[in-house]
Amino acid sequence: MQTVMMCQALESPNPHPCNLLTCALYCDLSSASHSLFLKESQSSSSVVADNGLEYEAVIGIETHVQLGTATKAFCSCPSQYGAEPNAHVCPVCMGLPGALPVLNDKVVEYGVKLALALHSEIALTSKFDRKQYFYPDLPKGYQISQYDVPIASKGFIDVDLPVEFGGGHRCFGITRVHMEEDAGKLVHAGGERLSGSSSSQVDLNRAGVPLLEVVSEPEMRTGLEAAEYAAELQRLVRYLGISNGNMQEGSMRCDVNVSVRPKGRPQFGTKVEIKNMNSFSAMQRAIDFEIDRQVTLENEGLGHQIKQETRLWEEGSQRTISMRSKEGLADYRYFPEPDLPEVTLTQDYVDATQAMLPELPNAKRRRYESLGLSMQDVLVLANDSDVAAFFDEVIGKGTDVKQAANWIMGDLSAWLKNEKLAITETKLTPAALAELIDLIKDGTISGKIGKEILPELLQNGVSAREAIEAKGLSQISDAAVIESMVDAIIAENPKQVAAYRGGKTKLQGFFVGQVMKVSGGRVNPALLNKILLSKLNC
Amino acid sequence: MISRHLQCSAQAAIPTRTHVLETSEQQASTHQRPISVIRKIRESLISRERTAVEITEGYLAKLQEREPHIRSFLHISAEKALLDAEEIDKLLSEGGGGELGLLAGVPLGVKDNLCTRDMPSTGGSQILKGYCPPYDATAVCKLREAGAVLVGKTNMDEFGMGSSTESSAYQVTSNPWDLSRVPGGSSGGSAAAVAAGQCAGALGSDTGGSIRQPASFCGIVGLKPSYGRVSRFGLMAYASSLDVVGCLGASVLDTAILLQVIAGHDKNDSTSSLEEVPDYAAQLLPVEGLSSKPLAGVKFGLIKETMDEEGVEEDVASAVKAAALHLQELGASVTEVSLPMFSLGLPAYYVLAPSEASSNLARYDGVRFGPRAHGEEVMSMFGNSRAEGFGPEVKRRILMGTYALSAGYYDAFYKRSQQVRTLIQRDFKAALQDVDVLLSPVAPSAAYKIGEKLDNPLSMYLGDLMTVNVNLAGLPSLVVPCGIAEGGTCGLPVGLQMIGPTFGEEALLRLGHIFEQTLPMNFNAPLLTS
Ligand SMILES: [Zn+2]
Repeated sequence: MQTVMMCQALESPNPHPCNLLTCALYCDLSSASHSLFLKESQSSSSVVADNGLEYEAVIGIETHVQLGTATKAFCSCPSQYGAEPNAHVCPVCMGLPGALPVLNDKVVEYGVKLALALHSEIALTSKFDRKQYFYPDLPKGYQISQYDVPIASKGFIDVDLPVEFGGGHRCFGITRVHMEEDAGKLVHAGGERLSGSSSSQVDLNRAGVPLLEVVSEPEMRTGLEAAEYAAELQRLVRYLGISNGNMQEGSMRCDVNVSVRPKGRPQFGTKVEIKNMNSFSAMQRAIDFEIDRQVTLENEGLGHQIKQETRLWEEGSQRTISMRSKEGLADYRYFPEPDLPEVTLTQDYVDATQAMLPELPNAKRRRYESLGLSMQDVLVLANDSDVAAFFDEVIGKGTDVKQAANWIMGDLSAWLKNEKLAITETKLTPAALAELIDLIKDGTISGKIGKEILPELLQNGVSAREAIEAKGLSQISDAAVIESMVDAIIAENPKQVAAYRGGKTKLQGFFVGQVMKVSGGRVNPALLNKILLSKLNC
Repeated sequence: MISRHLQCSAQAAIPTRTHVLETSEQQASTHQRPISVIRKIRESLISRERTAVEITEGYLAKLQEREPHIRSFLHISAEKALLDAEEIDKLLSEGGGGELGLLAGVPLGVKDNLCTRDMPSTGGSQILKGYCPPYDATAVCKLREAGAVLVGKTNMDEFGMGSSTESSAYQVTSNPWDLSRVPGGSSGGSAAAVAAGQCAGALGSDTGGSIRQPASFCGIVGLKPSYGRVSRFGLMAYASSLDVVGCLGASVLDTAILLQVIAGHDKNDSTSSLEEVPDYAAQLLPVEGLSSKPLAGVKFGLIKETMDEEGVEEDVASAVKAAALHLQELGASVTEVSLPMFSLGLPAYYVLAPSEASSNLARYDGVRFGPRAHGEEVMSMFGNSRAEGFGPEVKRRILMGTYALSAGYYDAFYKRSQQVRTLIQRDFKAALQDVDVLLSPVAPSAAYKIGEKLDNPLSMYLGDLMTVNVNLAGLPSLVVPCGIAEGGTCGLPVGLQMIGPTFGEEALLRLGHIFEQTLPMNFNAPLLTS
């Protein structure tokens, strides 16, 4: 029987189809990109050590995604986060004698959704197995997981890197996706960990909460690539609505395997597992630190000191520290779970699920690109499915794409940030924003007025037209009205008129300012300039 | 300590092996047909001959009187039982006789590995000493819904691991036929209690013969239903893919009624079947109305491999052969059938069952329930709790199972045994296409002496040879007393095992009923008089 860590045991046996096709299409995306979270980056995928050898890192990631189902995987306890300790427990998830698991159908549905989104091969028949080990937070003494027949395998994920770090498209292989249950949580007194604490308490609210474990091929080469892989996975689960993907709460947990090897060498180096990163930025920094540490050891001829172990990322000291050796690999004594029948799916079910999938981030980005948006805009808009949905609705009204993007990424997102609200929490409808943009475009109001009335739209849910009418803010585009205003200003300022006509043409700005002042800034600027010049120059 | 003035009641004489039919003719007049204790209770309730309280009091008196000798109960719930009986009487006095459940007022015992919310449930293990589950097992729940009066929890081999009930952490149960002998196991407490008249019937569980072998040892009827027929929810798991909840009774009709109540799909057990539950008792008619050849056309197959074994004692083989003759008398055909893979079942069972057990028993760690031993750190607390909590047989099986599932051994043991299991299933399927029911002894011998096999686990395991294959194949099996072997003061009972196809309980019960009602022998355990 093999052990559970399979990710880096062999060079990827299955070249996934995207390498040839998708990358050829998207690899040289060069427009400026945007990163919401990355401060610094190692943009090169290899490190030249002092001994002249060029090293490359090999990175594989195992991600646990906590599913947002209403109830746990094998019982009917609520699976919400943040309740009183042991408030959401029952004989099944407490592992009481005689209790039996019953699979929550939603877990399978979510598993199929993610598997499809990752372009995986779905096993129409898969099974559950028991992964056995003793730990106080594991009530049954085993975790119900999937071992040799997972629900999906052989997929891939498309990632667009932020362009300020070199940009480009990557496609990483997905080894497998499988369903399993989470363990409980330990709360320690007198120490950070079980060993060394004076007492520990067990909270089983999380025990039995469903997880999908996504195992990547060892195909990432930098901390940036790994962080972007994880960010894309988070985007996928959020788009699919199967998890909140929250890393701080632990709804998405990444265990990263890192090894280094001289570039060109096919064998892998000794891999080190890193845990305890609760943001993408931390992931990137932890991995880059670990690569540096390993390359430095190699460089100093101390490569043998790289041990197969688990290291923890310490946010405080910005480094990884050794947690436990993995040399005597655990034997989990997997065997088929006799309490659960096989999971069988029909092709019809899979097809129907496929048909119901929303447009996913990569497809969205490709579509936005084809609309002529810059890569930076594309990445920002497609980052959040709610923002993307809002944008899509706005442009669905036939609104100018670039203007819609600018408004959403500019004033709208600034206001949301300030108010600490999500786009779904405002009263502004996509239709109202579309109308606002159209009113500016057709000259009914100026862009400046548009910005002024936006908060009104966001807070009170009025339409742009209503706001303008209520405040009398519509633009004056009636030539006769403007002409009379200009005439009045000319009549009131004979000196300036004389100076202008004497060659001081810069005074044009003075007259524009005067007209704007009396009109409250509502005069159509283009029309005003045309009329003003014709009057002054006659 | 115990006075053992045994009195042979109206027993049938030990039949001479070669003259069963003659004996039957001679004894026809003295033979009392086994009656359904459950049905009798119902009739006396409905006719107002006795109240439920009177019935329960009667059973409790017998239970208490015989318990010091038999020690079949780990917990006696006299007070609650009387309260439950009062409820039945109240229902009756309010004229609610029509709503009377199938088991209204029937005092029953429940094996201690079935969870009961109002009684401790220890599974016969020290590691669950004093444990009271917060819920009822589905089978228990269904008994209660049918109006049963639960008198207590019966003794058993720790977590079902054993064939003599001597592996109980609490007490050794005696066989009511001979107090110096074991009642069989692991449902030995249930079987002994029914045989001693301490309750009207009982629930047991059967992983490798744990209902059938004690039924045979104690001269009562034991029914191991098909896998999936009865919910396992609330049954402390020993080997999940083999465990079945079943019933023990004084007659076939009693086990049919009990099965009727506990069978059916349960949303809490994904391995419970959606197969419809037939009316098992409907076809169990009084034999007076049957023709002289009521089994004409029925084909029985006697499993050759269970009769050829050197280990099968002569008395047992003779009783089974005599039973076969009796079936032929009733018009059935009995042929010898070979199951080539039969002997592979026992070793496969002793890999698969301990493998699953090693996993199922991992939850007994002292963290959430049961006694917790002291330890310097958590892993030693686990270790100490388990070292103190589990008995030697359980430890032996956990070690065997852990070994069989370990890296490097999985393919040679667990996987190979699963392959054997498939072959055994095929063997049974093929055989059951040629015959309707397979016959075999239940165990190589009748009840043996307490302590006789305790130091020799292997010989204890060999005793499971004839029963484990049925669990590997998931088939239903009915054990009916069929003869008396030499031993004890008045002889020792021997059971006949009748194996049918999956969900074939209905036919098994019908045939078993006819067999039982027409066999001119009585199987009343010698009554104790102190
Ligand atoms: Zn629960």
